[in-house]
Amino acid sequence: MATRIVMSKLSPTMEEGRIIQWVKKEGDPVESGDVVVEVETDKATMEVEAMGSGVLRKILVEENATVPTGTLLAVVAAADEDISSILAEAEAAVPSTDGDGAATTAEPAATEPEPAAATQPVAVSAPEPVVESQHDGGRVKASPLARRIAQDSGVPLQSVQGTGTGGRIIKRDIEAAISGVVAAPVTAAVGPEPPYQRVELTQLRKAIARNLVQSLGPVPHFFLTTEIDMGRALDLRAELNRSLEGSGVKIGVNEILIKTAAQALAEHPNVNAAFAEDHIRRFTRVDVGLAVAVSDGLITPVLRNVGPKGLRQISTEMRGLIERARERKLAPEEYYGATFTISNLGMYGIDEFTAVINPPAATILAVGATVEKPVVIDGSIEIRSRMRVTLSCDHRAVDGAMGAEFLATFREMLENPLRLVL
Amino acid sequence: MAVITYRDALNQALAEEMRRDPDIFLMGEEVGAYQGAYKVSRDLLEEFGEWRVRDMPIAELGFTGLGVGAAMVGLRPIVEYMTWSFALLAIDGIVNAAAKMRYMSGGQFKMPITFRGPSGVANQLAATHSQALESWYANVPGLKVVAPATPHDAKGLLKSAIRDDDAVVFLEGELLYGAKGDVPEDEDFTIPLGVSDIKRPGTDVTIVVHSRPLHSALRAAETLEAEDGISAEVIDPRTLRPMDIDTILDSVRKTNRCVIVEEGWVISGIGAQIVDDIQREAFDYLDAPIARVTGADAPHPYAKNLEQLHFPQADFITKAVRQVCYRD
Amino acid sequence: MATRTKPTDELLGLDRDALIEMLRWMILGRRYEEKTAEMYQVGKIGGFCHLYIGQEAVAVGAITPLRDDDYVITAYRDHVHGLVCGMDPGAIMAELFGRVDGSSKGKGGSMHLFDASKNFMGGHAIVGGHLPIAVGIGYAIRYREGDQVCVCFLGDSVANIGAFNEALNMTALFGLPVVFIIENNQYGMGTAVHRAAAIENLADRACAYEGMQGWTIDGMDLLEVRRTIESAVDRARTHKLPSLVEAKTYRFVGHSMSDPNYGHYRTKEEVSGFKANDDPIKRYIETLKKHEMVTDSDLELIEGDVKKIVDGAVEFAQNSPAPTADDLYTDIYAGDYPDLKRRDPWR
Repeated sequence: MATRIVMSKLSPTMEEGRIIQWVKKEGDPVESGDVVVEVETDKATMEVEAMGSGVLRKILVEENATVPTGTLLAVVAAADEDISSILAEAEAAVPSTDGDGAATTAEPAATEPEPAAATQPVAVSAPEPVVESQHDGGRVKASPLARRIAQDSGVPLQSVQGTGTGGRIIKRDIEAAISGVVAAPVTAAVGPEPPYQRVELTQLRKAIARNLVQSLGPVPHFFLTTEIDMGRALDLRAELNRSLEGSGVKIGVNEILIKTAAQALAEHPNVNAAFAEDHIRRFTRVDVGLAVAVSDGLITPVLRNVGPKGLRQISTEMRGLIERARERKLAPEEYYGATFTISNLGMYGIDEFTAVINPPAATILAVGATVEKPVVIDGSIEIRSRMRVTLSCDHRAVDGAMGAEFLATFREMLENPLRLVL
Repeated sequence: MAVITYRDALNQALAEEMRRDPDIFLMGEEVGAYQGAYKVSRDLLEEFGEWRVRDMPIAELGFTGLGVGAAMVGLRPIVEYMTWSFALLAIDGIVNAAAKMRYMSGGQFKMPITFRGPSGVANQLAATHSQALESWYANVPGLKVVAPATPHDAKGLLKSAIRDDDAVVFLEGELLYGAKGDVPEDEDFTIPLGVSDIKRPGTDVTIVVHSRPLHSALRAAETLEAEDGISAEVIDPRTLRPMDIDTILDSVRKTNRCVIVEEGWVISGIGAQIVDDIQREAFDYLDAPIARVTGADAPHPYAKNLEQLHFPQADFITKAVRQVCYRD
Repeated sequence: MATRTKPTDELLGLDRDALIEMLRWMILGRRYEEKTAEMYQVGKIGGFCHLYIGQEAVAVGAITPLRDDDYVITAYRDHVHGLVCGMDPGAIMAELFGRVDGSSKGKGGSMHLFDASKNFMGGHAIVGGHLPIAVGIGYAIRYREGDQVCVCFLGDSVANIGAFNEALNMTALFGLPVVFIIENNQYGMGTAVHRAAAIENLADRACAYEGMQGWTIDGMDLLEVRRTIESAVDRARTHKLPSLVEAKTYRFVGHSMSDPNYGHYRTKEEVSGFKANDDPIKRYIETLKKHEMVTDSDLELIEGDVKKIVDGAVEFAQNSPAPTADDLYTDIYAGDYPDLKRRDPWR
């Protein structure tokens, strides 16, 4: 009967041991109880005895090597016994990883990844409208029963005077309020969070997310750059602005980029997304943020539901947002929760740059300056207006090909901009 | 029905069950020739003989284990402790052996054993003879714990405990032995384990109480009705493990307020578990924090006045009820 | 094949089949424990695990003369007692592995083996805690006017615990058919007997109980153990008189799997001396050979059979599934009990 010689746990604190000397050599006969090997533990030097008889068939760990407890050191077996399965076992597992308790003190391997600690303010949800705090900024004390009755009957707690201990609102207070109050229906506050469809994470997607986070910061970025011929877009813009003369509205490049992005995202909804730790949010609306430099930093006003809006409306709304952004008058719901963001540094003469994703969105588009440069077209050199853009993607939600396909559509639309005004 | 004492109700239960089933035997210190330290086993030795009513040496650990061994091979022992405070010498037999034998043998052995004896404060017996340790035993999976407060419940529940195939810790009120009440004479009368009893119906507050403090709570309820117009519902769970928590929850959902009373110490007491059950399952029905009235968080004193102060008196219960009803 | 089958006095009048059966149990006990050690070291077995290597003569000599309806109870060094009582070797190994086909469905482990169908009453892990239980079994035997015997094994350190006195006193007092066997392996964990007990021969304590006979014997001599236990069992069965047998033995391995075979409290020389001169299996084989009851080829056959049993036990354990989450909450109560999971929505 084959017997394994194992690095035993020879003290409660021992986790590994070093082979000092093999007392028996391969091929030596071994009796049960014979000392086979000397081992150094964290406390002392110990002799390890064979618990079976036969021949020392195989030594697996050399002298002076240090191995964890539980490691197979050698095999004792009859001279003609087949020990291949034991040796295969040892090769497959260092130490034994057959999942049934080799590590007696270890927790069973977690089957789900720990959610990457809240590294990212993915909590898209609007701050819960804390009714009680709106009045006095403090918490209203109410018994659980009073709270429930108040909620069911639509009585705002802050309108009720508590008569319980320490001013606690109790059942009788709510009942008194109901008899004297016309219950006003409490309408749910509309949060800034865009609507989305929940996509459950596959095991693969979880693993990708976990691994990428470990490789590059909380949001694992990758970047896709392309160059876009802006000639026709600029022509279109000039034409539109001529037709708008006197209306007070002027279409800028940014508005065209916003509109283009919304249209391209409509064709690539999987890029209009956010990674939310245990699922991916695929937004069913396009809310585009535009990074705006303000005196002491950066803010990103968000233009909601761009899809159905025309360039004129986009322009009007965006200019209002930017103006209020510069005056520091934006409400949180006006700058939080973009599903796609554009950062344009072209006006500073920057040719090309990469932008850092603004969570919770999964993407941001960095737009460089439009410059005239020679380009080879059909074999001849031409001077064209070219703009370089770089899309940063959160790899947990957006893969390379997904981003590239979106960017190709974006470019193609800008190069054939009549689609934008359809 | 006949009006008899709590002591005689227990005696009837023992005698009736021993007549019914020859596998039942009683053992303990002074249960035979002395007729029981509290006379609960009066006349049993004469009727059943020494193999079924066995006087034991003062060796609680030894005769507790004897009971466990006999139960493993099919007998139905009743182990009497002269007081539950002495059972501390036998807690290995109760907790390590009786409670776990079934589990650690993978279900091979039943444990039809009843551990019984007086519990709680008596008259000036001081720190080592006055304890109410039911929460210790109620903490242990594998045990059942029963603490009757009336002669009626004592008889019906002891008969069920003896018939039960699991280890039952049966705590009798040392100062209840002389209490009188109506008790059915029917030999088939039993009360199932794990069923609460509403001792007094009410609408404004739920008082949960077991064993001797039940009588304090009933007096408090009378006072509250008369002086404050508060209608208290008094519930005696009777069995502390498994506890019929649903009856308590139903009551709390109706009254929205609860006071829990016990003779034992406050920390991790029986009431602490009931508070947990209520907050978990009836949180939205509470209109006030739950109050507890317990034995004082001190060893039991000898002096008469201090001993009384240690016990959950009716007056304390009245105060607690007024507080949860916002009447204080 | 051995040629001689005629029993001699030294062989207690036992025929060859009975002698060989005992040898098979001794070898099975040794090989089973060696395999258990290996399985512990490769991580298949967890917890505390106490091996019986070196002490085989005590369990084999004391259990083989019993009737099937007699009772056996012991402490936590219990694998071999369970085997000799007839427990299924696979069910024991599966229990050590913590598997659902274990004798306790994986809920008891090494220290809590039980088999009600074999009257093997455990497997008890609190030192001294099982002595009163043995007394209760004895009480039930007399209560029912039966003629069975309860044999209770205990370690040397139990002789110093209060329950020892309580149990032996009640046994003698009530005239119960219980035989107590102290397996004096010289150390209570790491404390030598003379450092814990104020008496040289523990069995001398029998004189404190009226009617109790004490024996101190060589626990490495299988036939001496058997001869003594036969007498003690006869006293219990026939005369309801108790006995206290002290079998002086020695464990060749550490107290448990986390204790080296020698070190601080006993020397390598001491251990190897016992193994060389006092191995109960070697001594028994020598006796059998002297009487021409066994040959080397017999031994080979036995070793081959034992190997099959031990390998089969490991294979059975390997193939048995782990208990399911539902098993956590079963076997706690016999009767109806409200939902134990009510307060546990997380598991």
